[in-house]
Order: sequence, then structure tokens, then C-alpha cells
Amino acid sequence: MTRYIVRRLAGAVPTLFIIITAAFFLIRAAPGGPFDQEQALPPEILANLQSAYGLDLPIWAQYGRYVRALARGDFGPSFKYKDFTVTELIAQGFPVTLQIGILALLAALGVGIPLGTFAALHHHSLADYGTMSLAVVGIGIPSFVVLPFLGLFFGVYLHWLPVAGWEPDSMRHLVLPVIALCLPPLSIVARMTRGSMLEVLRTPFIRTATAKGLPLHVVILRHALRPALLPVAGYLAPAVASIMTGSLVVETIAGLPGVGRYLVQGALNRDYTLVMGMVILYSALLIAMGLVVDLLYAWLDPRIRLGR
Amino acid sequence: MSAARRLCSNPAAACALAIIAALVVLAVAGPWFNPNDIESLDWAHVAAEPGLSGAHWFGTDRLGRDLFARTLEGTRVSLAVGVAASAISLVVGIAYGAVAGYAGGRIDGLMMRFIEVLSGLPLIFFVIFLTVIFGRSQYLLFFAIGAVGWLTMARIVRGQALSIRRREFIEAAIASGATSGRIIFRHVIPNLLGSVIVYATLTVPQIILLESFLSFLGLGVQEPHSSLGTLIAEGAGEMEAAPWILVVPGGVLALLLLCLNIVGDGLRDALDVKEH
Repeated sequence: MTRYIVRRLAGAVPTLFIIITAAFFLIRAAPGGPFDQEQALPPEILANLQSAYGLDLPIWAQYGRYVRALARGDFGPSFKYKDFTVTELIAQGFPVTLQIGILALLAALGVGIPLGTFAALHHHSLADYGTMSLAVVGIGIPSFVVLPFLGLFFGVYLHWLPVAGWEPDSMRHLVLPVIALCLPPLSIVARMTRGSMLEVLRTPFIRTATAKGLPLHVVILRHALRPALLPVAGYLAPAVASIMTGSLVVETIAGLPGVGRYLVQGALNRDYTLVMGMVILYSALLIAMGLVVDLLYAWLDPRIRLGR
Repeated sequence: MSAARRLCSNPAAACALAIIAALVVLAVAGPWFNPNDIESLDWAHVAAEPGLSGAHWFGTDRLGRDLFARTLEGTRVSLAVGVAASAISLVVGIAYGAVAGYAGGRIDGLMMRFIEVLSGLPLIFFVIFLTVIFGRSQYLLFFAIGAVGWLTMARIVRGQALSIRRREFIEAAIASGATSGRIIFRHVIPNLLGSVIVYATLTVPQIILLESFLSFLGLGVQEPHSSLGTLIAEGAGEMEAAPWILVVPGGVLALLLLCLNIVGDGLRDALDVKEH
């Protein structure tokens, strides 16, 4: 087990390295630079700035410098947020993003799995069709439409919750963004759970469990749920990706001080180091999620042996 | 033929299909029966409320532009991007998947490994990079979205091609001396169209969603043109004073995506295609 984890983590290093390299050269290929302004800087000042940040070196030398600094854990200074390093910016914003992301993921699983199970148990009934129609709505409508609508309804008309904004240690400001973020993965989880639960419920071992007189909740919780959750576990990595993507817009609409805005703003401002930091952060998270999924698979289905 | 009949006998899918058809007709023909155009500014009615009796059925925005005309244009742009980018991802995905599945063995392993690496990344990074690098041209937007949309299609096609490869008629084609290219195009691809059609109808809403997401971020369609995403971004800023600027395009986008998803699901049931 430990050996498997170590080997997988070692295997992630080249993947991450390829991503870093591709992102580095792609963003440098974009026209313009971090010091472009409405009023062009005097050439002497521009030259000074560029040599201060090492931008006057040939691109390969810059790449070497960047990778060597990364190996020491140094993500470099931000070009646009003067006096801040990328590490500082991410350390400030990431806890907020992580908080709403984890809440959204927990809500998606915590509501989606029971909902899917419920629909499967009432197959071909009104409850089944009702939940699945709601799921189609959840999948179809993007979070950047849902969130303003929720804000309009609960904030502007009912005055129950704040439309946007942020206060430390206040959950009220997180409710609407988390709902908007969790709806698409929640709907997909509910659909997947229903589908696989229907298949599992037809298998002989469930019939045996029912036949020997176990109450329904024991049959579901002790026997059916674990195999039925296999496809849901496989969906975890895409779910995290969808929540990450959603957080790019949801944080902006809700005015949350997370890291979501840095990716797009950084790319538009040619804030090379900030964009690279975000790419590395998100890719590392996704790769880690892939590992978690494989470990979950092994736990859910004992027939799966890790490391071949 | 029977698949089409089965689709239409599904009330939800038939209803959704009718709504999509109506939206397409409105988006294409709308400008002819709407007296207002996209760009003219009506200073007498700035941020006017919607109403069928007024000059502007869906109201106007902050600059006095007719929201009905702008929503129709946005729908047209979003649909065009959805269809064009889906077509690109379709062509690339089918070609890649069919070659990988038919070739099998080491080539298949390598090609699938490449897809695995690509789909391990949040695709939005690539689309953001591509739109930043290539500027904000609409055609490049099609290309950028289509270029990342083909991964799942390639996977599905490859799975089908792997099983088709072992069938007798392929053996017969090989025995009669057909080249690999001919076998792929004449025998493999026509036989996997069922699942391709289903997945393609589900790709269109995903791509419309991605396009409006990018436009919402300001990376997609640019002024004076509008897509549903740019209109929603505009409306979200005016939410408290003039909610209809958000509700109209947001409602249309939600309706369109919902109906496309329902039709895709209905088609999957009608053609009885298993995913994966």
C-alpha cells in the first residue's frame, strides 16, 4: 500500500514536469508582456524592469531559472501584484477556495448519493422520475447562471442571505456559492448512483441478503452501497475538476477572495509567474485526486489489487 | 427510422426537440420580425422594463439596446459555436478513436496514454491559454473549444472500434486485400455511428456551456457581438436594479441546455447505446 502510494507519487513528477514545461512556453508564446500599459513605459525603465525580473535572458535560460527556483519551492514574485510573491498570494486565497470546494464536494456526495439510492429504490415511480428530472436541470444549467438567480431570489427579494461579499468566519456568505458550485456534480452523482444501484439491486447476493430476512436499510447500507459506489468514486476526479472550473467564475460573482480569479486575470495580465503557480496548484490537486480515486477503488472493491 | 419514432414517443424528448426547433427558428428568423436591431441605442428607453405593449418586448439594457434582438443574436452565436465546435471535435475524435481502436496493440496504448494525460488536466487551462495566445477571434474560439472537446469522443469511438475490429466482415475485408485506411473509413466508422450520434448530441450543450463560460469571463465573443454568456455577464452586474437583463438571456441559455440534454438522453434510450 505505502509502496504503491510512493510509486504513484513518483510517477506524478514527470507528468507535472511536462505540464509545467508546456504551460511555461505556451504562456510565453502569447503576444505582449507583463509590463504593457496604456502609456508605454520609457525604454530605459522597461529594460531595467525586464532585467530585474530576468526577462531579458533567452527563453531557455529563463526556463532553467524558473525550474531551479521551483525545485527550491520558490514560485517567484508576481508581476502585477507588486511586493507579493506568488506563494503569498496563493497562501492568502487558497484557504477560501479550498473551503467552498470541499463544502461543495461534500454536499454533492452527501446529497447526491442518498438521492440516487432513493430514486433507485422507487424505480419507475413518480419519485424516481421527479429526482431524475431535477438532475437533468442540475446538469444542464451552469453555475454562473444559477448563482445570480439564487442571489436575485434569496438576496434581493427575500433578504435571507447576502448576494455577494465575504466576511471571515461567516458561513452565511458561503451558502449560495456552495449551492451553485455543487449542483452539477450533485446531479451527476445522483444519476450515477441510481444507475449502478439499479444494477447492484438485481444481483444474486442482494437477493440472498433480502431472502434471509435482513431489513432494507441493512441490505442497502451493508451490502449494496459499496459496490454501487464504484462508478461514483471514478467520477470524483472529474467532479473536483468541475468544481475547480466553477470556482473560477463563482468566486468572481460572489466576490469571494479566493484564488479562482488569479488564473484568468493572470493570463490576461501576462502575470507569468502567477499563472504558472495556479497551473501547478490545480494540476497537482487533480493528480492527487486521481490517486485518491484509485485508493478508494481498492477499498470499495476488494477484488482490485493495487500495483497490478 | 424506428429510433426516430421511439424518440418522438418519449414526451419529454419530443417536447424538448420542439423547443429547440422553435429557438433555432427564432434565432435565425428573429431579426426579420423584430423592429429593433442589435446596435441601435434607444435613449428614450434606457434599462426599460420588458412588456409586450412597449417598443421593446424584453426590455432594454443599460445603453438602451433592445434585449430581444441581443438575446436572439446571442442564441444564434451560441448555437453556431456549439454546432461548429462539436463538428470539429466529432471529426477529430472519430478519426483518432477509429485509428487507435482499429490499430490496437502498442499504437492503441500510446494513443490512449496521450488522451489520458490530456484529460488529466483541467481543459479550461488550455482553452484560456489558446484564447489568450491567439487573440479573441470567433473562429479561433470554435477551434480552441473543438480542439479540447474531442477527447471523450475519441475514447468512445475507440471502444467501439476495438470490438468491431474482431468481427467477421473486417476479416473478410482484410482477406480481400483492402488497405487499413479503406477498412477504417468504409467498414469501421459507419458501424459505430450510433454511439457517435448520441454522444455528439450531448457534446453540443457541453460546448455551448464552455463557450458561454468563456464569454462570461470576457475571453470569448467580444462587443459589439454578443453570445448568451456575455449577456449573462452584463446582466449579473445589473441584477439588483434591472433583473430582466440577467433573467432573459439566463433563462434562454438554461432552457436551451436543458432541452439539448433531454434530447441527448432520449436519443441514448431510443438507440439503446451503452456508455463506455
